[in-house]
Amino acid sequence: MTVAVNPSTTGEPVFYLADEHPHPEGYSTSLGFWIYLMSDCLIFAMLFAAFGVLGANYAAGPAPKDLFELPLVAVNTSMLLLSSITYGFAMLTMQQNKIAQTQMWLAITGLFGLAFIGIELSEFAHMIHEGATPQRSAFLSAFFTLVGTHGLHVSCGLIWLVTLMVQVGKFGLIEANRRRLMCLSMFWHFLDVVWIGVFTFVYLLGVLR
Amino acid sequence: MSPDLLKLIFGRLGIDSLPLHEPILVGTFVMVALGGITLFAGVTYFRLWGYLWREWFTTVDHKRIGIMYMILGIVMLLRGFADALMMRAQQALAFGGSDGFLPSHHYDQVFTAHGVIMIFFVAMPFVTGLMNYVVPLQIGARDVSFPFLNNFSFWMTVGGAVLVMASLFIGEFARTGWLAYPPLSNIGYSPDVGVDYYIWALQVAGVGTTLSGINLICTIVKLRCPGMTMMRMPVFTWTSLCTNILIVASFPVLTVVLALLSLDRYVGTNFFTNDFGGSPMMYVNLIWIWGHPEVYILVLPAFGVFSEVTSTFSGKRLFGYTSMVYATVVITILSYLVWLHHFFTMGSGASVNSFFGITTMIISIPTGAKMFNWLFTMYRGRIRFELPMLWTIAFMLTFVLGGMTGVLLAVPPADFVLHNSLFLIAHFHNVIIGGVVFGAFAGINYWFPKAFGFKLDPFWGKMSFWFWVTGFYMAFMPLYVLGLMGVTRRLRVFDDPSLQIWFVIAAIGAVFVFIGILSMLMQFAVSFLKREQLKDVTGDPWDARTLEWATSSPPPDYNFAFTPVVHDNDAWWDMKKRGYQRPLTGFKPIHMPSSTGTGIILAGLATAMGFGLIWYIWWLAAVSFIAMLAVGIGHTFNYHRDFDIPAEDVIRAEDARTKLLAGAK
Amino acid sequence: MSGLLRRSYPLAPQRKPISKARPVSRLKILALLPLAVALSGCNYVVLAPAGDIAAQQRDLVIISTVLMLLIVVPVMALTVLFAWRYRQSNTSARYEPEWDHSTKLELVIWSAPLLIIICLGALTWMGTHLLDPYRTLGRIKAEHAVDQSKAPLEVDVVALDWKWLFIYPDYGIATVNDLAAPVDRPINFRITASSVMNSFYIPALAGQIYAMPGMETKLHAVVNHTGTYRGFSANYSGAGFSGMHFNFQGLDDKGFDAWVASAKSAGGSLGRADYLQLEKPSENEPVRRYGTVDSDLYRLILNMCVETGKMCQSEMMAIDSKGGAGHEGLNNTLPLAYDKYARRGTAFGPEPTFVAGTCTPDAPQGKTTASITAPLDTAPLTGAGLKRPTFAPLKSSSFFLGLRPKSDS
Repeated sequence: MTVAVNPSTTGEPVFYLADEHPHPEGYSTSLGFWIYLMSDCLIFAMLFAAFGVLGANYAAGPAPKDLFELPLVAVNTSMLLLSSITYGFAMLTMQQNKIAQTQMWLAITGLFGLAFIGIELSEFAHMIHEGATPQRSAFLSAFFTLVGTHGLHVSCGLIWLVTLMVQVGKFGLIEANRRRLMCLSMFWHFLDVVWIGVFTFVYLLGVLR
Repeated sequence: MSPDLLKLIFGRLGIDSLPLHEPILVGTFVMVALGGITLFAGVTYFRLWGYLWREWFTTVDHKRIGIMYMILGIVMLLRGFADALMMRAQQALAFGGSDGFLPSHHYDQVFTAHGVIMIFFVAMPFVTGLMNYVVPLQIGARDVSFPFLNNFSFWMTVGGAVLVMASLFIGEFARTGWLAYPPLSNIGYSPDVGVDYYIWALQVAGVGTTLSGINLICTIVKLRCPGMTMMRMPVFTWTSLCTNILIVASFPVLTVVLALLSLDRYVGTNFFTNDFGGSPMMYVNLIWIWGHPEVYILVLPAFGVFSEVTSTFSGKRLFGYTSMVYATVVITILSYLVWLHHFFTMGSGASVNSFFGITTMIISIPTGAKMFNWLFTMYRGRIRFELPMLWTIAFMLTFVLGGMTGVLLAVPPADFVLHNSLFLIAHFHNVIIGGVVFGAFAGINYWFPKAFGFKLDPFWGKMSFWFWVTGFYMAFMPLYVLGLMGVTRRLRVFDDPSLQIWFVIAAIGAVFVFIGILSMLMQFAVSFLKREQLKDVTGDPWDARTLEWATSSPPPDYNFAFTPVVHDNDAWWDMKKRGYQRPLTGFKPIHMPSSTGTGIILAGLATAMGFGLIWYIWWLAAVSFIAMLAVGIGHTFNYHRDFDIPAEDVIRAEDARTKLLAGAK
Repeated sequence: MSGLLRRSYPLAPQRKPISKARPVSRLKILALLPLAVALSGCNYVVLAPAGDIAAQQRDLVIISTVLMLLIVVPVMALTVLFAWRYRQSNTSARYEPEWDHSTKLELVIWSAPLLIIICLGALTWMGTHLLDPYRTLGRIKAEHAVDQSKAPLEVDVVALDWKWLFIYPDYGIATVNDLAAPVDRPINFRITASSVMNSFYIPALAGQIYAMPGMETKLHAVVNHTGTYRGFSANYSGAGFSGMHFNFQGLDDKGFDAWVASAKSAGGSLGRADYLQLEKPSENEPVRRYGTVDSDLYRLILNMCVETGKMCQSEMMAIDSKGGAGHEGLNNTLPLAYDKYARRGTAFGPEPTFVAGTCTPDAPQGKTTASITAPLDTAPLTGAGLKRPTFAPLKSSSFFLGLRPKSDS
């Protein structure tokens, strides 16, 4: 019966596939994750827009030049940039199926990420201690929210990273774990790109303003 | 117990948070509680909990999730419509010194809840439910791309709905209007829990909506069966694709704007405050950047339904498929360029206003083209006036009116005199009821036999149709008139007695619509009882054209025993025409995703977290958040999420169908 | 029912028939005919206003509607016709199941709406500029240019919770929920609010515009017929919203002078302290009149610094435009707090332990602020209105926020 509709024998049109061809597992994952990243990108776009609108409303309080310590932020930026590079190494070693080295690079990435979060938190603590709280002015509200949202993303990335390291340790570099590492990789680089925007528009242009 | 301890445990929730002094609410609560207990007892008595949990709550089958969305929509429609009846009654009564029967504290909640529920928990579930059910079938897929996410999205939507419903009996809902403009919605002017309910209900549901948008885009892009190129996709699938792109590109904006509002309310930031450099106007801009695309999110799938229905019941190919697709895409893009027309009166310059006015009008060009395409699909057809077609014709006549008043409102100087008036209310009900609701009903009547294997009863369907349509016109034409008399929206009392007659007519119209809704419920009940008479064994009761009709009704779990191959826009029509023979042998095991309870658990925790945040019960919020994280991570440790339907099961199901089909001949 | 319909509106102005309000083209008369029949006896104030601006807006409503009916009516007629003609039982009608394309038809169905929208777009562009509420009036009514020698009537409008305050700076009087203006004299409204967003709307006079705290919107209008009309807030603003309406009287010059005199003689004065009392939320306020009013009150309300010790917004913005007040300004928050209860109930907000202002806004504190003179017009929503409809390129900031670009005048 199924042979009868096979075009190679009869020339009749084929209306169904005789063979089951399941889509491979995770067939849509990278597309889906990309779309998710774009929606996340929109979240940041809105926060940037809010900062753009409110960024000069200091409410007779301090302005960026009074608050930001660019050298510290530069160090922080380098932490995140370096973590992106080390994540790249993790992906390279993953391609070569080297579990131990992949784990090592992931751990280094995590440490850089942790350093980034640490420096950011100390910066926040310093500002809040001075009295430059998110409540002080619309500029500070927008600043803390934009930078804080990014930091929250990095923190989520760290939790995810640890989870994945456990999973790689437990199940090895199986297909599913490779896919997950790939997604986290996109997420991590995406956060890096967003941070470059934050560094430029919030810190550098803020101090110049 | 000490007050401090009580505060730690219950936050700001106390006995006085329960609206015991409001007889209407107590009465409603008693009714709901009785109904709930009956339902609970019934399910327990018939030992259905296990069945419901296994087959429905934890299912990842897009068809069952679609059906559950529709049920959610219908349940919430009853609540939202109860609000509408109360509003119409209040406005019809509160004349000549009478204060009506609702104090402002209650009335202001009613109109806010009505808007929120109707958009987020009625229209959205209807639209998402239809897309969920139909799209994978139309593209010849086994399920959606991410079946677990689909289940999770649905339960998040339910979580939002649960929070809105909880506000009825625990505390109160927002008294701000459905978009909660600050400064009114900010903590200084709305210190109570109402706005917090609003925020967290929408945030929880919004996560679900965004994820379901991503899911359906991937499904449509990745899982189309062989031969189905983009330009061979059914129009409903096209409109679904565009709608989901709109969802993904607009719901994050809502998420952000509500998050900023909650920061203002919880932390004391200054995004939308009057002082410290905040800008309430930014809220208005941001929320409408989400809000306008939202309108098209709702109406595009309805356009898709009408396209399918018109073509099927005219027995004819859809006229101008290509221009239909381009029109949809153009509408999708343009919907981001018009948001400012919702606030021409906020003091923008004339150039800005006219820019947004003109972009708004431009949207009417592709919409008009669509209208003509449906018209010429009917032209030289053989039109069968079944229920879906009746709804479609009612839509065509109603929607052009709503479209016309919409373009009128897009002329800024005209908007200055009509903005926020009852004319505006009449306009958007005219497009949302005439477009989205009629579309949902056309879709329900059209695809019901596919989902359940029997048609809906035509008598009660026609009752519902005529009561809805006449009720709609009676309820909203007077509002156009009142708008031209300069009557504004959201008023609770009136002192000009000459207006009363119009409000009375509108209230009678609302009662008609109510009868329409009851008739629809009756239609479901009667159809269920007469299901043997209304039975459809062919799987193709309407002599339809697209792929979903190629399989049985209801379709098996795996949708298609063999993946279909498509050669034409109207794939099933083409198959029928060219003498397609249903395969009877050669079945193989089919790979399918397995059910999981993670979705409902996560959504339950998210709802609990929302409740904790609303009432300042910090421990509850923290515990549910951590639990959510743990369950989510735990879920990722499960690597075996699929199973195979054995070939014997497929053979059994397909043989049963073969017998049925043979019996029908 | 007709009796009910014909019951006259208590505030209804004694009006001439619509067609005599201004010369109307033949097209419009045709369009108005069916309306006039349907409307007789009812007060369709939007379609039969008493002010020239509202009348022009009405004309635009009607012309646009007629333009759109050109396509809407055929579509509705064709829908019914096709549905009837091609019903299944009519086997005599042609049936072409495969006919799904016609380039000619496609051209028509895309270009017909396009043509209408081109006309409507042109109309919109012109109408929006001509009827921009910020634009000073060029005419009193059709074919009556504004008499430049006569000064327009200045009225400052403040939306309070939940009543309207009107200040007449030229006459030194103020009223609550009572507005009057002489006919045929242009009125310049400056509009703000005290707490939340409202919309200032007198349908018989002119279209509405939002009233927002800390910001100023403008409206230019003129009333052409004597009578009493209704004004209200058209944007929901909280519990007392339904009672937030007032009467607007169009008076002849004599009547207006008498009205001013009666307000003057009403005694009562509205100073800053009185305003702070008045500003407190209240519902269904009766009419009040104040014979004298603090001449600076409106500026203080707009700048949210009526309360002594508050820093004015203009001053704050002047400081901000010079780069903020640095660390010195960090703790100086109490003078800025305006949303009086803004921090009440905020779960994680800071304790309000701020340095209070020690001097009045007129003599601002500290050396950083003393030397700064606030620009005259720094409120976010300002602009003297367009002289003529010219195309102004969209600035990104104005595009985004809906703010108008600052005009250089």
